[in-house]
Amino acid sequence: MAQLSKNDVLKLARLARLDLSEAEVAEFTGELSEILQYVEMLQNIDVDGLQPTNQVTGLTHVTRQDEIRDYGYKTSDLLANVPETLGNQIKVKRMLG
Amino acid sequence: MTAWKSINDIANDVQTGAVSALSLVNQALETIETNQQFNAIIATLANRARERAKQIDDRVKAGEAIGRLAGVPFIAKDNFLVFGAETTAASNILKGFNAPYQATAINRLEAEGAICVAKANLDAFAHGSSTENSDFGTTLNPRDPTRVPGGSSGGSAAAVALTMAPFALGTDTGGSIRLPASFTGIVGYKPTYGLVSRSGVVAMASSTDVIGPLARTVEDAALVLDVMAGRDDLDGTTIERDTADYSAFSGAIKGRKVGVVKEYMGEGLEPGVRKSIEQAIDQLKRAGAEIIEVSLPSLPAALAVYYIICPAEVSSNLSRYDGQRYGYSFKEAKSLDDSYGKSRSIGFGKEAKRRIMIGTYVLSSGYYDAYYKKAQTVRTKLINEFDSALAEVDFLIGPTAPSVAFKIGANTADPLQMYLADILTVAANLVGVPSISLPAAESQNLPVGLQIMAKQRHDRDLLAFAKLAEGIIK
Repeated sequence: MAQLSKNDVLKLARLARLDLSEAEVAEFTGELSEILQYVEMLQNIDVDGLQPTNQVTGLTHVTRQDEIRDYGYKTSDLLANVPETLGNQIKVKRMLG
Repeated sequence: MTAWKSINDIANDVQTGAVSALSLVNQALETIETNQQFNAIIATLANRARERAKQIDDRVKAGEAIGRLAGVPFIAKDNFLVFGAETTAASNILKGFNAPYQATAINRLEAEGAICVAKANLDAFAHGSSTENSDFGTTLNPRDPTRVPGGSSGGSAAAVALTMAPFALGTDTGGSIRLPASFTGIVGYKPTYGLVSRSGVVAMASSTDVIGPLARTVEDAALVLDVMAGRDDLDGTTIERDTADYSAFSGAIKGRKVGVVKEYMGEGLEPGVRKSIEQAIDQLKRAGAEIIEVSLPSLPAALAVYYIICPAEVSSNLSRYDGQRYGYSFKEAKSLDDSYGKSRSIGFGKEAKRRIMIGTYVLSSGYYDAYYKKAQTVRTKLINEFDSALAEVDFLIGPTAPSVAFKIGANTADPLQMYLADILTVAANLVGVPSISLPAAESQNLPVGLQIMAKQRHDRDLLAFAKLAEGIIK
C-alpha cells in the first residue's frame, strides 16, 4: 500500500519544481496516499500477454518536410508575453556557477 | 431568454441579409451581460466581435458568399488561444497572457464566418468536474444556481444553456464536455481522438485531449464539428476526416444494434438517473432498435487508469510553465531554481499542484512500471473489450454521469470523490472512441444525460443516430 511520508512529498515537490508550503505538504501527504491507494486496484488486474498503449488511433511517426514555413507569427507578439527580455532574447537568472 | 434559430438558419439569414451579423453579436453580448451572476464568462471580445460582424455585413452587401457559419456568434472555453482577449485557462499563472496566434479550430470556424464573442470559465487548466476549481470563481448551474454546472467545460455549457450563443467550444480529456452537457441539459460531443486539431489549445493530457462542440441540438453540434474536423499540419495526432459531411444525416433507428453496458447500469447510479436512462432505452427499443446487454469487465478500473495517465501527462505538459517564457514570474527570485519553484507554486492552484505531484510520482524511477506502464497496459485491455463489444453492436449506451448536478461545495473537500464524477466518461477518452451526451428525461427537475458511444472514426454514424434518438428520448 502506498503510504507517502512527508519526506517523499518533499522529494516529489523538488523534482516537480514546486515550493510547497508546510500546510500543502501536510495536506498532500494524506491526499496523495489516498489517491494512490485507489489506483492500486490495477495491481490485481491480469494483463498477461498485453502491451501498453500510448497512442489510440494507431498513428506512428508523422513527419513533414524540414522546411521553413511562414505561419505569420510575429517575433514581437511572441516576445510580448515574456516576463523579462533583452533585445530579442529571453532574460533568465544565471544558470552556471 | 432569447432563443436562437438553428445554426444553419442563422447563417442563411445573415447571408440573405435578413438579419445582420452585428445584431446577432449584440444579442449574444446582451445575453452575456444580463446573466453575469452565473459567472459563465471570463472575458468578452466585444470590440473584435463587432468589428468582424461589420466586415461580414459589408461583405454580404457586396454580394460575397460568407460561409456555412456566416455571422454565427460562439463562445470558446478559455483554454483556446483567441485574438482579442487574454487566454488564461482560468488559472492565475496565465493571467495577462495574450495569444500570439490562434487555435486551428478557431481559425476554421472564423473562415466559415463564425464570430467568437467571449471566453468561457472552466476548472483551471481543465482540471476538474465542477468548474469550482477556477481561479476566477465558480460557475453556477443555470437550472439551479445552488448546483455546479459540471466541468471542466462548465462555463461553455452554462453559456449555451443560458442562450448566450448558439454554440460553444469545449475540451474533453476525461468527460469535460459530456459531463457539463449532462448537468445543464444540452448536447455535448466528444469526437474520435485526433479528429479535431488541438493546435493552440492549452494541453492537459495529450493522449486523451479532444476538442468538441456544446450546442442545443445534435444538428448544430454536427455542423460545428464538420467545420473543425480534419488533418492539420500543426497537430501531428490529427486523423483524416470523413469525405462526407458530418451533418448530412441518414439512416434509421430500426434495426440498429444498441449495447446497454451492464457496468454502466450498476450500483452507485442515482435511482432517478437509472429511471431516465431505462426509459430512453425503452423508447429506442420501441423505435425499432435491437437492445442487447453487453459487458466491459475492466470498466470499473477505467477511472484508476485515467487518474494515473492523466496526472502523468499533466505533470509533463505543465512543466512548460516555468516563469521564464510566459505566464506568472516571481520577480524577487534569487536564483533560477528559486524562480522556477516560486513562480510555479504561486501561479498554480491546488488541483494543478496535486496532479503534478501524482504525475511526478507515477513517472518517477522505481514506480514507473508499477503505475504508469501498468495503467497503459490495462488501457490495452479496455480497448480490446470495447473492440469486442463494438464488433457485436453498433453503439454502446448508458448514462453520462451517475447523478444529476451536485450541490456547490459537496465534493470540494474530497478530491477522490470529485474524480468519481468522471467514472462513466473517462473510458471513451482512454479508448479514443467518439461519445455524445444527449438530454434525456429529467430527474428531480434536473437534467440527465444519455451517453452514446461508437467505434473510432464512426462519428458520422454516431451523430446521425443521436439525431434520431434526440427526437424520441426527451
